[in-house]
Amino acid sequence: MRLTHFMMAAAGASLLATTALAGSHEARGRDGHANIIYWQAASILNPYLSGGTKDIDASSMIIEPLAHYDENGNMVPTLVEEIPTVANGGVSEDLTSITWKLKEGLKWSDGSPVTSADVVFTGEYCMNPEGGCQQLAKFDDVTGIEALDDLTVKITFGKPKPFPYGPFVGASVPVIQAKQFENCVGAAAPTCTEQNFGPIGTGPFVVTEFRANDTISLAANENYREASKPAFATITFKGGGDAAAAARSVLETGEFDYAWNLQIAPEILAQMEAKGKGTVLSGFGPLVERLMVNLTDPDPALGDERATVKHPHPFLSDKAVRQALSMAIDRELLVEVGYGKAGKVTCNVLPSPEIYNSTANDSCKVQDIAGANALLDAAGWVRGSDGIREKDGVRLSILYQTSTNAVRQDFQALIKQWWGEIGVETELKNIDAAVFFGGDQSSPDTFQKFFADIEMYANTFDGTDPEAYMGNWACDKIPSPENAWLGSNMPRYCNPEYDAMVKEMAGTADINERARLAKAMNDMLMQDYVMIPLVHRGNVAAASNTLDGVKLNVWDSDLWNVADWSRK
Amino acid sequence: MFNFTIRRLIFTIPTLLFISFVIFFILDTAPNDPTGNLPLTIPPEVREKIRVSLGLDKPMFFRYLLWCQQFFINEPLNMIEQWFDITIGDGERLRVQSWATRSPVVDLVVERLPQTLWVVGMSYVVGILIAIPIGVISAYKQYSWFDQIGTFVSMLGFSVPTFFTGLLLIVIFSVQLQWFPSIYDTTLRVTDWDSFVLQVKQMIMPVMVLAFFNAAQISRFMRASMLDNLQQDYVRTARAKGLKEKTVVLVHVLRNSLIPVITVIALGVPQVFGGAIITEQIFKVNGLGQLLIIGIQGADIPLVQTLTFIFAVLIVLFNLIADILYGLLDPRIRYD
Repeated sequence: MRLTHFMMAAAGASLLATTALAGSHEARGRDGHANIIYWQAASILNPYLSGGTKDIDASSMIIEPLAHYDENGNMVPTLVEEIPTVANGGVSEDLTSITWKLKEGLKWSDGSPVTSADVVFTGEYCMNPEGGCQQLAKFDDVTGIEALDDLTVKITFGKPKPFPYGPFVGASVPVIQAKQFENCVGAAAPTCTEQNFGPIGTGPFVVTEFRANDTISLAANENYREASKPAFATITFKGGGDAAAAARSVLETGEFDYAWNLQIAPEILAQMEAKGKGTVLSGFGPLVERLMVNLTDPDPALGDERATVKHPHPFLSDKAVRQALSMAIDRELLVEVGYGKAGKVTCNVLPSPEIYNSTANDSCKVQDIAGANALLDAAGWVRGSDGIREKDGVRLSILYQTSTNAVRQDFQALIKQWWGEIGVETELKNIDAAVFFGGDQSSPDTFQKFFADIEMYANTFDGTDPEAYMGNWACDKIPSPENAWLGSNMPRYCNPEYDAMVKEMAGTADINERARLAKAMNDMLMQDYVMIPLVHRGNVAAASNTLDGVKLNVWDSDLWNVADWSRK
Repeated sequence: MFNFTIRRLIFTIPTLLFISFVIFFILDTAPNDPTGNLPLTIPPEVREKIRVSLGLDKPMFFRYLLWCQQFFINEPLNMIEQWFDITIGDGERLRVQSWATRSPVVDLVVERLPQTLWVVGMSYVVGILIAIPIGVISAYKQYSWFDQIGTFVSMLGFSVPTFFTGLLLIVIFSVQLQWFPSIYDTTLRVTDWDSFVLQVKQMIMPVMVLAFFNAAQISRFMRASMLDNLQQDYVRTARAKGLKEKTVVLVHVLRNSLIPVITVIALGVPQVFGGAIITEQIFKVNGLGQLLIIGIQGADIPLVQTLTFIFAVLIVLFNLIADILYGLLDPRIRYD
């Protein structure tokens, strides 16, 4: 026993000596061990085979993209020298190509050099038609990726791309090692268990053990590009349980250092924080909880033409009704009940980043039942004997659906009550999330089929550019039986003026001009009341008070700067 | 007896095939979708491609036969290869793959068996060890204060759900007293005294929660069975012969009363493998129960299909074992 102690001490001393000789008092791995808990466990470490946030976040400690977003939504170089722009010549004048230049001397965790061939391979890997790549949308319009030399990669697009930062920017599109994945392309992708569970990367950590849907053990990457980072020698990434238990393990028992996505009742979170072991962090991306208004008739009697543009909705096609529904809602109360610190009142479907946030619709911030009633009266909707308004035999009776989730069911109950006050009858329905958001063609309960009058969910977009997101409400994105209900324009909104703006934005590179267009599109959607925004939702996480350097980032992985984390 | 066992075993084959088909059919008709839990930022066209890459565009019967081939032929062959370190054919065959992890389901099951067996299995053993003495004493001293308390406690154990007792224990022992961890560390290896202590500490709460529940059930069976036997003529005969009361109760009565209880215990064993979905979730044990629930939530059909089928096999098997045990323990019962 004594001998081992002595030897340990000797080993420790020699380690200290070498680090002292290296002239660095901030050695890699100096802070020992950290524990991270995600209440949804990571299933795989290859974001191209899983779009789940938990999997992308977990993999972001190991594999990295060329550039990522910082906590303010700015693009910062990760593996490259600088962000290519038209000004520095990295993006071609005609906006059809972008050229990235890798940093020199970068190494994979196995010690081999990172080259442009790896980037080219990653692109081919995802764009292979048989691979079922989940990040394919990031490679939209890409016609070619080529290596100009060992460190230079040129990506060519089939049409001008004012925002060419889809491929290889952000945690969901990291660069993987060509050598490791060369036999995993196409149909073979899912069979490469070993590679998918332990990718070789450039990130601050490497996987030492991966237990699917349970725990990942990680150790500092000896070949990481910054010699003094990461501060932690090992990390345990635990998954499972529920959000409340995850919050408890950081804020109350202090067993864990960081907990992700804590969607729990605001007062419970505040109680836990009061114990003083950790801090609740929140950050706001573009995530908005909203009501989608169905402009088409979901009547089952219409058979195959149900909820298609062939049949306009009997009463929701009346703008006055839609506006009244929006006016009757007390958004302040919804925020207080459902989200607390993690929510803000919004009147926009595009509230963030700040330059895109419009102020033209702010009147919705105040509930106006009297105004809503007056509006409906003026539009000729009169109350029947049971207090429900009707016109020409059409009753204002709404089927309001959403996914099963405690906060959403609270919202449904409150909104039903407010709509009752303006003479609108509401029937509530909630559907299991996997079914509601699933695309099962045989299920009538998917959010795309929208066999209801109103539906509620939250949506957002990746990164900071809203072009693709705002394009969701163009005419050609309307889900219908013809396109197998694949489409994101749930309200079935079709306005040539809107489509013209979508087209204009696709050809505009100037950021201010793009902001003007995005705001105009947002205002058009809001003032037509085809979507009723409710709450601008933030991300909530908890970090131990002993942890330093944590910055909650809503534009990228939660663990984007894990290399900078250290112990206080 | 041997003929009976063989006959029963042969009968299980069509039964299990039928069960596997029913499970597959139910899972397939359920309105669930493996891309349902993906973020909405993934566009519908990409989702459709993902579904195709998972083979969901093929007809249901074809997918069922594929699963049968993978599970009944490829997996056993693979197991034989691993055990004997040989290669049969070209060694390249598709195993049952989970959709969420893209790894063989059987490997996931093997990875999770240790913690499930340790925690749930241990709770079953502890439960039995608590239940049998309680049942015996309660029956022997029927309507005494011990029996009354025993009845009350087992009613409590029976009716209070584990998600309540589990949380209660966490609040008391993890949050307030900080004695035990609230999160189970599945990567902990027991190599020395310190790690053994840690392992015991993290197992205590989940084991006790489940043991409480199991003990409540088994102690009632034990008590009832003891009461039946205590009234029997042979007990009076034994006493009349002048045997010590201890011998009468612990040798004659207990042995005979254990016969039905052992059957009940054997029938409960598959539950141990099935894991304890709720308790595993609460303490983050991440065993088979948690694997199943994640599979269901993510519509990971191959995973759910394989797991439920394995449970079905265990249930059928332990039914058979219970029958055989009964025959062995009770000379009055003969199957041939």
